[in-house]
Amino acid sequence: MTNTTYTVIFYLFAAITVFSAAFVVFSKNVIYSAFSLLFTFFGVAALYVFLSADFIAVTQVIVYVGGILVLLLFGVMFTNKIMLTDLKTEVLNIVPGILLLITITGGLVYTFLTRAEWFTTASQLQGSVVERIGFETMSRYVLPFEMVSILLLLALIGAAFLARFDKPRKMNQK
Amino acid sequence: MESFSTIGLNHYLVISAILFGLGLFAIVTRKNAIVVLMGVELILNAANINLVAFSKYNGGMEGVMFSLFVIVLAAAEAAVALAIIINIYKTFNTVDVSSIDSMKE
Repeated sequence: MTNTTYTVIFYLFAAITVFSAAFVVFSKNVIYSAFSLLFTFFGVAALYVFLSADFIAVTQVIVYVGGILVLLLFGVMFTNKIMLTDLKTEVLNIVPGILLLITITGGLVYTFLTRAEWFTTASQLQGSVVERIGFETMSRYVLPFEMVSILLLLALIGAAFLARFDKPRKMNQK
Repeated sequence: MESFSTIGLNHYLVISAILFGLGLFAIVTRKNAIVVLMGVELILNAANINLVAFSKYNGGMEGVMFSLFVIVLAAAEAAVALAIIINIYKTFNTVDVSSIDSMKE
């Protein structure tokens, strides 16, 4: 009985993820796309919980929903004329796009399901994964961890420098 | 019917394939640069689902760690890309990717 409940909840979150992602792509309004992306990110976080990667799910909610989505909404507000209600996005290449969507998705699903012979191991990840992530980060992945932190710092400094509004030369002239 | 009721690796692979196709569709067909960026985020999420699913059904930790790094790099990429888009908007007064055809101001 619990297995049936598990399956139903999985399909519920899978449907939320796929349909909200489709709404992101097919909606004409940029604001609707941004808010639908919120549901996609939450659905993907729920799928991570099903995959027993709870730490990744929490990171997904914090970074994507709390950071990237807010950043995207700021971008929408900055680059569209809100007062003129010019929030539409136009479409080009619609027929090649749909062809590409169908062929890529169909080809990937066909390859994943029938052509590829995935491994079958009995030892799956079980329970919480937080403690193991801590051990891995401080043992095998110390160097990538430090490098990615430096890269994030540099990228944020560079982004703040690029998006600055007034040119520094004007400040020096006065 | 058995393959539908017991959730396995294939279910996650199908979801990630659909997300990848939708993200690619957004990149190819949208004119607004921000919606193109949303397509890139969808593709990164699809790759992450694959990594975590393989990690779960393989029993190792490599996929989980790699998806953490992917999330960090996605944050850096979104910040830099939005800064570039804001600069494009200041220069050209539009974010329509099909009408930007000059590298000079």
